[in-house]
Amino acid sequence: MKKRVFLVIALILGLVLAGCGGAQESTEKSSSAETKEPYKIGAIFDISGPGSSLGVPERDTVNMIVEKVNENGGIDGHPIELIMLDNKSNETEAALAAKSLIQKDVLAIIGCSTSGTTLAMLEGIQQAEIPLVSAAASIRIVEPVNERKWVFKTAQSDSLVAERVATYLKSKGLTKIAFASMNNAFGDSGKVEFEKAAAKEGIEILVMEKFEQNDTMMTSQLTNIKKANPQAVLAWAIPPSASSFTTSFDDLGLTVPLIHSHGIGNKTFIELAGDSANGVVFPVGKLLVAEGLPDDDPQKQVLVEYATDFEAKYGPRNTFGGHAWDALQIVLNAVEKAGPDRAKIRDEIENTTDFVGISGVFNMSPEDHNGLSLDSMVMVEISEGSWIPAK
Amino acid sequence: MKDLLKQKRLRHALILLFTLIIFTLPFLITNNYYLSVLVIIGIHTIVVVGLCLLMGYAGQISLGHAAFYGLGAYTSGILTSTYNVSPWLALLAGAVGTGIIAYLIGIPIFRLKEHYLALATLGFGLIIHVILMEEVELTGGPSGLSKGIPYLSIGSLVLNNDFKFYFLVWILALLALILANNVVHSRIGRALRSIHGSEFAAQSLGVDTGRHKLQVFALSAVYASVAGSLYAHYITFISPSPFGLMTSIQFVVMAVVGGLASIWGPIFGVSVITIMAESLKEFMPLLIPQAGGEYEIVVYGIILVVIMIFMPDGLTATLVKAYEGWRYRKERANETP
Repeated sequence: MKKRVFLVIALILGLVLAGCGGAQESTEKSSSAETKEPYKIGAIFDISGPGSSLGVPERDTVNMIVEKVNENGGIDGHPIELIMLDNKSNETEAALAAKSLIQKDVLAIIGCSTSGTTLAMLEGIQQAEIPLVSAAASIRIVEPVNERKWVFKTAQSDSLVAERVATYLKSKGLTKIAFASMNNAFGDSGKVEFEKAAAKEGIEILVMEKFEQNDTMMTSQLTNIKKANPQAVLAWAIPPSASSFTTSFDDLGLTVPLIHSHGIGNKTFIELAGDSANGVVFPVGKLLVAEGLPDDDPQKQVLVEYATDFEAKYGPRNTFGGHAWDALQIVLNAVEKAGPDRAKIRDEIENTTDFVGISGVFNMSPEDHNGLSLDSMVMVEISEGSWIPAK
Repeated sequence: MKDLLKQKRLRHALILLFTLIIFTLPFLITNNYYLSVLVIIGIHTIVVVGLCLLMGYAGQISLGHAAFYGLGAYTSGILTSTYNVSPWLALLAGAVGTGIIAYLIGIPIFRLKEHYLALATLGFGLIIHVILMEEVELTGGPSGLSKGIPYLSIGSLVLNNDFKFYFLVWILALLALILANNVVHSRIGRALRSIHGSEFAAQSLGVDTGRHKLQVFALSAVYASVAGSLYAHYITFISPSPFGLMTSIQFVVMAVVGGLASIWGPIFGVSVITIMAESLKEFMPLLIPQAGGEYEIVVYGIILVVIMIFMPDGLTATLVKAYEGWRYRKERANETP
């Protein structure tokens, strides 16, 4: 018995020591680099847990870019040393991970994948005065901008998406609609923003419904919606509940147009919703329909290149990886211009103009730490399991 | 008798030594990240000390402690950010409010026993979580509190970094430990242990088991609430997700790993689990590149299972036993020649 006990203690000690050893190893690596001193960049994504459908492609994208840049000799001869941490979609872990990266003296941090985890680490970031570029959507990440000096983000704000949807509905003459949202931060923010955008465009919301993240039957919500007799239905959710909503919508025989949010910008939605997904229209960055864009679109070349690279290595493209692409490229551009100086890097990020990225063309300013405009989004229709530009 | 006195002195010496170590650590550790891990350990310790009182001494399980933790955090968060109440007053309000809520729901809940009790506390935890999600006007809903939560301050000293916050958290954690220690060694503590041993026997000896269980449940809820308030002022952003079922389970695991019937158990359990999780985060990518948290969870699970199989009394008890066994053998070795 006693031997076993010691074995267990030894095992635990071993793990703890290995953890410390790991930290040491990474510092050794930096001193033995044969070229110039590496630039350390930190990344924190929701690689496991509920946010993993966002975090995994973001991790893959970032790894892909770093590999490519280092193969081509790094930035001015400095290789990039990427330190990536998984926050397990947990806010406390995100806050700790940020502190750990700050301690490792990284020049800038990219991440997290979701709004909650990003918001939880902002305080530490602001205090440490380190530039952060988040891949999450919530407008609260970068506003009020005077309290977010060091914080930027690359995903389209919900307000932008809501506006895009509202203008689309208006242009189609659909002014009496029903709204259903997923009951979490994403759906909640969508609801608030869409209410604002709808009021602006003169769109009337006849009925508001909510469903849970794990719901598979939406019949009761949809029955209420059907009773209100709207001209169109707008759903604000991510899969799997977004897919369940769509299949239930089909099952109930609703025939009005079904509009979704940008939360369904991956193949998972189509796989889960099957045939019911056909005809669904949603706003999204141009990545999904890159090949179908007109040749004079400024983003086309960048989009097609990223999509081909990513699909060759990791499978179907999705917009979340694109947000990480933008975040890392913006940081790398700033580092290239400013050198290893956090304050200068921040200034360069804020000065980003006409940067052609995956999520759109970025024009940051001291008042706008997102830098995207309405034309960064297109309306896409799902047809026979693939994405085509909506008419 | 002399032995008992010696033991008591040893215990006091250990506490003193521990206090000394705790308060010199921040001067030795210059790494801010390690400090922040220690702050989180301190915050969790406060919750787990309360939980150990409930589970180890009164023998009642709670799978809803994250709810009390959340109530404390949200009371502090809402009162300070929306209503500009002083943070200390908010902390107090959270503690008192949570204590009263725990007492009131304890009255019906403690009519249940064992698994049914566990399920009732679990249900309570879920209800609080749903309220945090749905009362958007008050709590900000799933997106979290939208207004910033201010820092705690003592006079003109604003606790705005890890170093300063460390002292506050650990002073409170030590106070929590000492208070728990006093409860354990008081009449109530003996009554509680008798409940753990056999509730019927305790009742037949005239122990008011129902009242004692309620009191210790309320006390452990107050502990969790204070810890929650500290968490809110430390991270300065809260949303419902850290106060869900997983957190409740995590607290129970920490308590069980550390060992229930010892005041050192909580500190030990929380430290082992937290340090293990953090070092796995560093170490897993070296072992398996591309590994994310999913592999960590597997390793974490294996270690927990191993501890549960080979050390069912928790780490602390096993270490104490090992030490006593070693001393016993040494004494025997001294006697034989």
